[in-house]
Amino acid sequence: MELVEAIILSVLAASTPLLIAATGELVTERSGVLNLGVEGMMIMGAACGFAGAWFTGSIVIGALCGIVAGILMSLIFALMTLGLAVNQVATGLALTILGVGLSGLIGAGLVGERITPAAHLDLPVLTGIPLIGRVVFGEDAFVYVSLALIIGVWWFLYRTRAGLVLRACGDNHVSAHALGYPVLRIRTFAVMFGGACAGLAGAYLPLAYTPFFIPGMTAGRGWIALALVVFSSWRPGRLVVGAYLFGAVTILQLHAQGWGIGVPSQFMSALPYLATVIVLVLLSRARTGGSTAPAALGTVFVPDR
Amino acid sequence: MQLVLEKRAERSNTIALISPLIAIGLTIATMSILFAILGKNPLLALHAYFIAPLTDGYSLQEIAVKATPLVMIAIGLSLCYLANAWNIGAEGQFLIGAVAGSWIAVKTQGTDAGAWVLPAMLVLAAAAGALYALIPAICKVKFGASEILTSLMLVYVADLFLDYLVRGPWRDPQGFNFPTTAEFDPVATVPLLIEGGRLHLGSIIALLVVAAAAILLGRTIKGFEIRVVGAAPRAARFGGFNANQLIILTFAVSGALAGLAGIIEVAGPVGHLQPGISPGYGFTAIIVAFLGRLNPLGILIAGLFLALTFIGGEQAQIAMKIPLDVTKVFQGILLFYVLACDSLILYRFRLVFPNRQVARGAG
Amino acid sequence: MRKTILAAVAGLLLAGSVGAASAADKLKVGFIYLGPIGDLGWTYQHEQGRLALVKELGDKIETTYLENVPEGPDSERAIEQLVRAGNKLIFTTSFGYMDPTLKVAKKYPNVHFEHATGYKRAPNMSTYSAKWYQGRYIQGQIAAKMSKSGVLGYIGSFPIPEVVSGINATMLGAQAVNPNIKVKIIWVNTWFDPGKEADAAKALLDQGADIIMQHTDSPAAMQIASERGKLAFGQDSEMIKFGPTAQLTSILDTWGPYYIERVKAELAGTWKSEDSWGGLDSHMFAMAPYTNMPDDVKKAAEETQAAITAGTLHPFKCPMVAQDGKEVECKGGKTLDPGQILGMNFYVKGIDDKIPGK
Repeated sequence: MELVEAIILSVLAASTPLLIAATGELVTERSGVLNLGVEGMMIMGAACGFAGAWFTGSIVIGALCGIVAGILMSLIFALMTLGLAVNQVATGLALTILGVGLSGLIGAGLVGERITPAAHLDLPVLTGIPLIGRVVFGEDAFVYVSLALIIGVWWFLYRTRAGLVLRACGDNHVSAHALGYPVLRIRTFAVMFGGACAGLAGAYLPLAYTPFFIPGMTAGRGWIALALVVFSSWRPGRLVVGAYLFGAVTILQLHAQGWGIGVPSQFMSALPYLATVIVLVLLSRARTGGSTAPAALGTVFVPDR
Repeated sequence: MQLVLEKRAERSNTIALISPLIAIGLTIATMSILFAILGKNPLLALHAYFIAPLTDGYSLQEIAVKATPLVMIAIGLSLCYLANAWNIGAEGQFLIGAVAGSWIAVKTQGTDAGAWVLPAMLVLAAAAGALYALIPAICKVKFGASEILTSLMLVYVADLFLDYLVRGPWRDPQGFNFPTTAEFDPVATVPLLIEGGRLHLGSIIALLVVAAAAILLGRTIKGFEIRVVGAAPRAARFGGFNANQLIILTFAVSGALAGLAGIIEVAGPVGHLQPGISPGYGFTAIIVAFLGRLNPLGILIAGLFLALTFIGGEQAQIAMKIPLDVTKVFQGILLFYVLACDSLILYRFRLVFPNRQVARGAG
Repeated sequence: MRKTILAAVAGLLLAGSVGAASAADKLKVGFIYLGPIGDLGWTYQHEQGRLALVKELGDKIETTYLENVPEGPDSERAIEQLVRAGNKLIFTTSFGYMDPTLKVAKKYPNVHFEHATGYKRAPNMSTYSAKWYQGRYIQGQIAAKMSKSGVLGYIGSFPIPEVVSGINATMLGAQAVNPNIKVKIIWVNTWFDPGKEADAAKALLDQGADIIMQHTDSPAAMQIASERGKLAFGQDSEMIKFGPTAQLTSILDTWGPYYIERVKAELAGTWKSEDSWGGLDSHMFAMAPYTNMPDDVKKAAEETQAAITAGTLHPFKCPMVAQDGKEVECKGGKTLDPGQILGMNFYVKGIDDKIPGK
């Protein structure tokens, strides 16, 4: 029983940065923009988040620094792809190169420092409930924020007019424009939201997960977040499932080794990606003809004036 | 009053000529500031990045070696992108090509197999790369699954597959368990062009590929079809061109070229199969394709130029102790400026004074 | 830490600016690093070695390094760039640079090369490595004494002989104290991914291990053990900062003395190609202070360390029984011979697991 609880706790911790980053990218992609620079924004969030927390001693300020760093990076992306109509794939890749370099410069002086990680919730009685107590009432703030974020995004996309407009921009920017919606402005906000989330997700790593900064510490998590958005077929509900499933596979793979179950780890690691391709094909097939991806995803839009 | 971007009636040839110069000028200005902040002499630093690598035969060779896989992959990708087929999984196709070609090298190791080995490796690698690229292409054509995303996912699968092989079945028995195959036999190695240098036959192949692509796009019906389908899908439909067929074709060609680049890299500069044979060539090539404006000659120049920044970055690190991170920042900024300036070939800025319409906000 | 790095950077800047005038008569020494100099692990320790070198011989030499050089097609070029920049002695500090170093060494017979942890040599190419398994044996002994659950948790990177021999040495040291000790091994297939290393440490602790040992580079596992009130051993570098109440000791890569010795030989013109495989007696590595343990455990550890240093105790002494119950062939007389240790690809008796890919 304790082991089950411990595994769930590990899975939640491992999934949280993926969920946060993917939530942001989901909104970005729903508006029709494909930002492949998640990894670059995340590592900037990690470096600036750690720097902020280290200088001020406050996790909250650290998290805010991470968010601001992510937004600034995403603004470069927005300026390029929305302002100047540059190809999104190339810009996203360049953004990652820039982010890795800049974060290394910013973090160079902070290597070897450590901070006190974000505190875990500790409620009287509730946190002590066996099995579910620590899972539900004993997490750090990031875990609760990640869930609030995805619920908020779900509500925004499906229950508000603004969400509807954002989805319309992603599905057909020409029509949305014809109806008088400011497509580029909406997309800019979506890209910024994506940047903020990526920055927060990056900041989670040095602020809560492993409380120190090392260059390259995101270790490819930004790319996994991109995969998760596809896996979820751009649905918030499925994104939560996907993120936790991915975290569960990662953690259970480690536990399986401890139990002496030998499956080639490369096979286990490849599973989520293969699953993503298969899910994508099945989903696309279910809707005869069209894909579930936002129809305008990744395409340049310059309004006629 | 606001500044808006709008499409030009036709592409501006003037901007096309001067945009790289503007971009380089802006990069130099930005980086000079950064160098000054870091306490480095900007002139010396820029010399190390841009000029020094061009002044000796050795560095020129190294630039060619580094550019070879980038150019080969980018040429294939440009065909895809021209036809509106978004293959961003060239990295995976590169790795699968390397694996498939290495299979022959590993299986013939230590036997007296003849001169057929290397050609067979090249052919098999190209075929494997093409087949691997066909997975996302077919998923797109048959099921409508986004090829951007499936091709990206398959990169990780290829990477892990290679990892599994060199840590397991193909591991060099004399290699103390380190994850690499044994060194390939001479018959399984790409021949060098200059004694004592590293320039190899692959660079010639890359040049041939550039020439072939230029002829294909400029002189053949198929090339015309690719360009029309990409630029004016609607007109293409009326013209009876089959967009799906072109997706399959361009994916296969780009996969084949990526696979070929993979085995050339493994059987050339590396000499054996190991994890990490690609420092992100498949992704860097996407940038090369766009820097080169999807034009074969442009891609050749862009590939060489990007290679120059890698070599220059190392020389700046040696000569001036400029950290590698600065080189990455430098590359990132350079790419942004070049892409941004190129945008002005097709678009222009205009000041507009809108008569206030009824604002229809986002909520 | 921050200040020292800043000071070091300032020192480098200064050295760079005056270098031009005096470069001609100074020996140039180059380094190739796998990671960033701030990885807090493997590359960081090599950089510390270089800084020690500069401190000792800074007036006679000029050092240069290239960091983040991947073990792929780029490494040969990076090494050759150092040669062309005039470096006469070049240290290539990761296993994957072995073949590229050899290629460049053949091309430039007048330049001397030193390759870490490999096994191929040339007249102008030495190899150097450390007998880290000696430290692992001591750690195994400490772990067995400190463990309450009798289960050790081991985070492995890749099942290469260096790591496998480390696991075996740990077990032999532990079995000398408690024959029934158990070890759980998790391979993370990376040298460096703090998140994944932390996950592995959590999994091991959750499965009942109460001591964490690692063969990966970041302090993440140490930090997790510390958070959970458990004990752990550091790796490569001093990690006590990340686990003040958790670190028992750490195997410290101390390359400085070796680098100084080799550069002195080069300066004196006595450098020759050799295979340096240094143990505790050679200063190639050191044990961090024994902390967070009772005095008797500390004393026993120090005695074991002294015995290994003096050569009276060898972790891989014969007879040694492999996992399958068969005795291992004793090629070195009373102990295994170096080849058997450097190529170790079996577990000793008592490890209830199998080597991946075998």
